[in-house]
Amino acid sequence: MKRTSLLRRLLSFTRPHLPYLGAALILACATVGLTLYAPVLTGRAIDLVAGKDAVDFTAMKKILAQIGIVVGAAALTQWLMSLCTNRITYLTVRDIRLKAFEKLQNVPLRFIDTHPHGDILSRVITDVEQIADGLLSGFTQLFTGIVTIAATIGFMLSVNGKITAFVVFVTPLSLFVANFIAKHSFSMFRQQSETRGEMTALIEETVGNMKLVKAFGREKEQAEKFDDLNRRLQNCGVKALFFSAMTNPCTRFLNGIVYTGVCLIGAVFAAAGALTVGQLSCFLSYANQYTKPFNEISGVIAELQSALAGAKRVFEIIDADEQTPDAPDAVVLTDAAGTVAFSGVSFSYSPDAKLIEDLSFSAEPGQKIAIVGTTGCGKTTLINLLMRFYDIDKGRIDIDGRNTQNITRDSLRSSFGMVLQDTWLKAGTVRDNIAYGDPDADFERVVAAAKSAHADSFIRKLPQGYDTEISEDGSNISQGQKQLLCIARVMLALPPMLILDEATSSIDTLTEIRVQKAFDEMTRGRTSFIVAHRLSTIRQADLILVMDKGRIIEQGRHDDLMAKGGFYADLHNSQFSV
Amino acid sequence: MLKLARFLSAYKKECVIGPLFKFLEACFELIVPLITAVIIDKGIKTGDTACIARMGAVMVGLGVLGLACSLTAQYFAAKAAMGFGTEVRAALFRHISKLSYSEIDDIGMPTLITRLTEDVNQAQAGVNRLIRLFLRSPFIVVGALIMAFTVDTETAFVFLAATPVIGIVIWFITAKVLPCYKTIQAVLDRVSLLTRENLTGVRVIRAFSKQSFERQRFSETCGDLCEKQRSAGQIAALLNPATSVIVNAAVIGIVFVGGLQVDAGRLSQGEVIALVNYMTQILIALIAFADLIVITTKAAASAERVAEVFALPTEPDETDKTETTKTGYPRLVFDDVSFAYKHSDVPALRDVSFSVPAGSTVGVIGGTGSGKSTLINLIARFYRPIKGKITLDGKDVRKYETEELRRKIGIVPQKAALFKGTVRDNLTWRDKNATDDDLWTALSIAQGDSFIRSRKDGLDAVIEQNGRNLSGGQKQRLTIARALVGKPEILILDDSASALDYATDARLRKAVRGETKDMTVFIVSQRVAAVRNSDLILVLDDGRIAGIGKHEDLFENCPVYRDICLSQSNDKEAA
Repeated sequence: MKRTSLLRRLLSFTRPHLPYLGAALILACATVGLTLYAPVLTGRAIDLVAGKDAVDFTAMKKILAQIGIVVGAAALTQWLMSLCTNRITYLTVRDIRLKAFEKLQNVPLRFIDTHPHGDILSRVITDVEQIADGLLSGFTQLFTGIVTIAATIGFMLSVNGKITAFVVFVTPLSLFVANFIAKHSFSMFRQQSETRGEMTALIEETVGNMKLVKAFGREKEQAEKFDDLNRRLQNCGVKALFFSAMTNPCTRFLNGIVYTGVCLIGAVFAAAGALTVGQLSCFLSYANQYTKPFNEISGVIAELQSALAGAKRVFEIIDADEQTPDAPDAVVLTDAAGTVAFSGVSFSYSPDAKLIEDLSFSAEPGQKIAIVGTTGCGKTTLINLLMRFYDIDKGRIDIDGRNTQNITRDSLRSSFGMVLQDTWLKAGTVRDNIAYGDPDADFERVVAAAKSAHADSFIRKLPQGYDTEISEDGSNISQGQKQLLCIARVMLALPPMLILDEATSSIDTLTEIRVQKAFDEMTRGRTSFIVAHRLSTIRQADLILVMDKGRIIEQGRHDDLMAKGGFYADLHNSQFSV
Repeated sequence: MLKLARFLSAYKKECVIGPLFKFLEACFELIVPLITAVIIDKGIKTGDTACIARMGAVMVGLGVLGLACSLTAQYFAAKAAMGFGTEVRAALFRHISKLSYSEIDDIGMPTLITRLTEDVNQAQAGVNRLIRLFLRSPFIVVGALIMAFTVDTETAFVFLAATPVIGIVIWFITAKVLPCYKTIQAVLDRVSLLTRENLTGVRVIRAFSKQSFERQRFSETCGDLCEKQRSAGQIAALLNPATSVIVNAAVIGIVFVGGLQVDAGRLSQGEVIALVNYMTQILIALIAFADLIVITTKAAASAERVAEVFALPTEPDETDKTETTKTGYPRLVFDDVSFAYKHSDVPALRDVSFSVPAGSTVGVIGGTGSGKSTLINLIARFYRPIKGKITLDGKDVRKYETEELRRKIGIVPQKAALFKGTVRDNLTWRDKNATDDDLWTALSIAQGDSFIRSRKDGLDAVIEQNGRNLSGGQKQRLTIARALVGKPEILILDDSASALDYATDARLRKAVRGETKDMTVFIVSQRVAAVRNSDLILVLDDGRIAGIGKHEDLFENCPVYRDICLSQSNDKEAA
């Protein structure tokens, strides 16, 4: 029941390709008709080969020529049909993948933060490929298979009803067996799929951090964990593989029974003279052709099993809850002046661990807000909330006096330039990365942005300058250089508000001085939130938010806070205590 | 594929039994047409129903035997294939963990991951099919040929002519399709890359509101993939029609030549039918074989990619147990060491010499790309110098056994990474037998005890993959504690306080210095504040040592160091 609805859903993706589906159906019918007509002709030819000195060669030549034409035409239609099914399959699979990808861009960040990336990846890549395999064999073989079965019955009926009755009687047996096996292998395939997902996650973790693993000599321990999963995969894999592989021999056996039955009954009829030898040979070849689709269908069903198991996992992504859409009356924020106000904001990642509670503060346009506090005090969370990566549980955040819940996410986010501690670059050229916010930016603007981020000089020293490819894991440039590129990326777009999260932590101090100057210029006239460790930055801040355990415990300017002699003063002085 | 054949060695039995039973099954199948011939020539011609029934019973018997053989074969094939996959995976995983840092840099981690997952799966599927079909198809083809010759030599020549033609067509089409699969795999890798990027970079992508841009690129790449798959499919789709045309031409030939033979009285009608049946069997076997070739080539391409990883050299083993550590030597000596990364002409470190006595604290400072991390990586022998020698307690680090070396050194990398598991699992990396007290001590030095204590499960608190449920600073403190457990002789903090605020960082350094008296500590940093109180400061500039000494001396005599200090004077008084 569950599986049929899965299948129906999977097939609904082929709807846009209905014309080709129709063409494929017609071509399939033509192919099958022609293919089935050939044995009739062959049977007639064989009847002409009656015995010694009784062969009619003139009639035989004519029939043989007919066979040639029929077979040639069948080949052509078969090829054309394949073209149609190919098209349907690959376009459908592309659409499914796009759908999953689109969903990933609309899920709340929580989804991506809490699901192992390796697992999502294996759904979008491996599982979808499995769907392609399943669909392709489904279309090419299931299609012709069913048509062949129907047509064969028709052809057989026209020759001999009793033999046909026998063949039709045995048919359900074959289907029953195939279905039985499919039902039992489905759960095993799912188990295999799940174990694979788990394994991919472990591999991503270990191989992705191989250097670290080696630095601690943890190779053996990780290998043991891997072995454990590997063994589990082996156990369920053997079962899945064997069960699905049972289908073929079993149906082949039943086919043998059909063949034998036809042979026997046919022989009895022939002995009585009710059937010619040629017709019997035609029947035998039908018995083969009739049962062949059963062979294939059961093979296809095995493929469909894994395709459905894959589809189930992909649909889980496609069905994931989306973030609440922008309100219909949500406005597009343009040229924000930069008044930001938090009032009574509460938020936590999980209901059982309170984090931010009743947080209020406000920033005037152009102000520099420094967020300081001990590690893990909720600074990064504040950014998640400002950018609406996560939605608040209580209270409200206003920008230019407008509740951010009523501003489109895209326009809200584009109003902020963000440099995170966790540097992320795309695989692509340096130029592509800097121009990420505006791919149409001309080269001059890219260079200008790089210059203002003080990245230009190192970029020029790279092997291909601005056209140097950055590898996926960014291992060909240093951490500091990555950060400079991230800064350049923001420099190019230069939105009205800025979020800088410990942005300069891995840049050497000489470069940092220059970056700091660029920042000062950049932040002038722009409301900026800076999660900073540099007291120089903090000292110049218009407002310092001192956070501890998710609460703002002090706020004010540097001098006031120092004079107050509270938490901030302690924090500040501790720097000199080294 | 052959390069991976050794992984089947534990499954020799399965690899023999599987095909053997397939062979038996094929034999039974080959007898069937002969029985049909008997039924026609004897049973029908003479109206001998008893004979027909007898032959029918024989056919059913053959069917049952065939089923039994086939199931046996499938079972052993599944067992061998999964076994093969399991062994390859285990070996590949271990091999990857033995690769040197240079090789990992070179091939890239994402590729390693795909090869360990998808490629091994493909190869495994290939083995399964191979065992099941690779021998069965030739059995049937050759067997049918032989049977044809025993029935009638003249007509059998039609078989001899047709079979190679089918073979050539199959070969031609496969040769065309094969390269397509390579391109398809490359595009699929790109699809995979884009997906991964959109997961890891989700914040930046959303911050720039680039979702539609990303969707566009993903959709283009998927479209490209679709095109490539379709054009490969178009060629592959030629296979069935082409072979069926040839086989039917052969059937025409058989009926015609057979007709001549029957006319001459050398052949019976039943035997002509048997011959036609044999031709059909050959066709079915060859088509299965062609499918097999396609699957196998995919598998072979994957196997090749797996074999490439196996071909990567593992870290050279230069360990020498005879050489022992010596007393009276400085803890660590760099003797004229130079190093260049693979594929780089510019050395990352040049002529570096210094020595560090046990128990001292060494600060390493310098700009981005000055070689700080490289220097650290050389100490732990992640890379090997191209010139010069590094000795640890008087023994060349190259001569150390890996475990011995790793036991001596605790390292805190720049990027804080934790693994899925409990806090305890993550902390006992260096010392499996560490007691809870040991762990708490390490945590308190690393300033991480309070936040762990605040968790309900304490040391058993669960850490998600990549430490997703912890903040950057929490992760960093745990990685520091991890390096401290088991009391290493050398502790390396590679710019590892970047996610910590000043206060925590300062307390951390104080604690490290206070509680680890005989530990030699390397502190790599950009901040003067972090290194200024070190016993020894190494100033690096563009891969060279620009100065060695104490803070005051260096400030006095080393221009590079002074510049760095002055550049940070905003933050604090320079000297």
